[in-house]
Amino acid sequence: MNGPFEFALRLGDDALIAAQRLAEWTTRAPEMEEDIALANIALDQLGAARLLLTYAGELEGAGRDEDALAYLRDDREFRNCLLVELPNDDFAVTMAKLLFLSAYQLPLYTALAECADERLAAIGSKARKESAYHLDHASLWVKRLGDGTEESHRRMQAAADQVWPYVAELFTPDPGAPVDPATLRAEFDATVTAVLTEATLARPESGWAPAGGRDGLHTEHLSYLLAEMQVLHRAHPGAKW
Amino acid sequence: MYGNDFGAPEEASGGGLLGEVEAAEAALREAAARQRRGLPASDDDLAGFFAEIVEADQKIEPRDWMPEAYRKTLIRQIAQHAHSEIIGMQPEGNWISRAPSLKRKAILLAKVQDEAGHGLYLYAAAETLGISRDELVDLLLDGRQKYSSIFNYPTLTWADVGAIGWLVDGAAIVNQVPLCRCSYGPYARAMIRICKEESFHQRQGYEILHTLAHGTPEQKAMAQDALDRWWYPSLAMFGPPDGESTHSTQSMAWKIKRFSNDELRQRFVDMCVQQAEILGLTIPDPGLRWNDERQAYDYTQPDYDELMRVIKGDGPCNRERMAHRRRAHADGAWVREAAAAYAGKRAAEKKEKVAA
Repeated sequence: MNGPFEFALRLGDDALIAAQRLAEWTTRAPEMEEDIALANIALDQLGAARLLLTYAGELEGAGRDEDALAYLRDDREFRNCLLVELPNDDFAVTMAKLLFLSAYQLPLYTALAECADERLAAIGSKARKESAYHLDHASLWVKRLGDGTEESHRRMQAAADQVWPYVAELFTPDPGAPVDPATLRAEFDATVTAVLTEATLARPESGWAPAGGRDGLHTEHLSYLLAEMQVLHRAHPGAKW
Repeated sequence: MYGNDFGAPEEASGGGLLGEVEAAEAALREAAARQRRGLPASDDDLAGFFAEIVEADQKIEPRDWMPEAYRKTLIRQIAQHAHSEIIGMQPEGNWISRAPSLKRKAILLAKVQDEAGHGLYLYAAAETLGISRDELVDLLLDGRQKYSSIFNYPTLTWADVGAIGWLVDGAAIVNQVPLCRCSYGPYARAMIRICKEESFHQRQGYEILHTLAHGTPEQKAMAQDALDRWWYPSLAMFGPPDGESTHSTQSMAWKIKRFSNDELRQRFVDMCVQQAEILGLTIPDPGLRWNDERQAYDYTQPDYDELMRVIKGDGPCNRERMAHRRRAHADGAWVREAAAAYAGKRAAEKKEKVAA
């Protein structure tokens, strides 16, 4: 951890990559209302990413703005957690990812709203309201799918099992950070356990715990995501859009 | 966004049309404030009631009697418009992942989301005429109802996103502003709301092109190329020339439609010329010149044979657009079934509790 710059970058990258994945659902959602809802959540994440990356750029003091950070870094320089870069897969996997992400972001942003850094506190204060809605939305779907049909139950359980290992990385201790992620774990567990229980789903076993995102060691997926996201911006160096 | 091509910009960035939307909204309020004549006294008076309401520029409401052909025409038109919003998300959605700045990404994502909202709003307006959204969606997926043909063209570069905003949304607004005065109340009210949002989209598209046209030589070339490809398909959005338009006369009499295809097309051309000049881009029409006598621009007509081919299904992207929508619908079936099953279980629980 290299101070507030690194911290803002981690949060900003989480939000940016989550937005990019969620936006992939546009025109593909299972219902038209859901198309709108997923776009809303993507827009919230994108909005938070822009604030966080702009601030990170200021903290760094090297003249990088939100676009320089988003478009001109390679995957080894990204600091997002692995969870957000995983492919969308089916709707159940997307909802499992969103449940775990929002159950982490809500206490994170809530704690951030109380931190000493005014800029981060303001961002946390805005983003926590959005996270509460994301958590609500994901919880409702996890319950519907878990306690819906036989097929949806099977898919939702498989999705929760598939994504669960990536949760551990979110709570890697970082005592020097404005908010130490390790302190958020208890609230996360309480939230997620309640939702899974109501959804008639078994809580996945902890075991394999992939990590590395915070150090720029990502899955193979991130480089492809960035290749698509950055292609146009990089094709026209220095251009304004 | 939607045209007459199945089956509009303003001054520099589009103030004039928004003014017309606001005027239509004021007229709608004024007409609502005037007492409508008393409801029909007997069944013999039904047609007379309908004719008088239309004649007085007042609104027919869902529970009023209306000729069956009027109802059918409206269902067809509103559904086509709704389908166009939903299919129209695809060509622009194609660039969300690659938008060249985070700000542009956010604007585009919000725009495509607005279109989904317009689609839902229009399906709801159609439902007031006694047909369900599910039925309408099936008609689209089975190919029995159409959407605006313009969305069967591909978005090949980022500038196409700008061109769609400026030209396609612009043409849609020119086409839709008169619909804000349509005789059917729910449609007129939907159009007012939609036209207001479309005029923002049109400005955003114009702004994208303006930035490109004043950027690097490569960006300017990208903008010109987009205008070259989108100009004639946009003109075709107003539908076939007046002599060949099948639905026009009756729709005019019912005040569903208020201007002919050619009148609206002319209006669109006249508005675009000045805007293209400000952009510093060239409209790809060597025949374009001011006609002092007509007080309008002479212009080259779009290729209506091409329009007919695209309507019939042989445009560059017809197959992809439909396949994409069918795939999303089919892939989502298990999710919709789960939601229905979950809701059923909750309703049954509630019933049990009440019974106990």
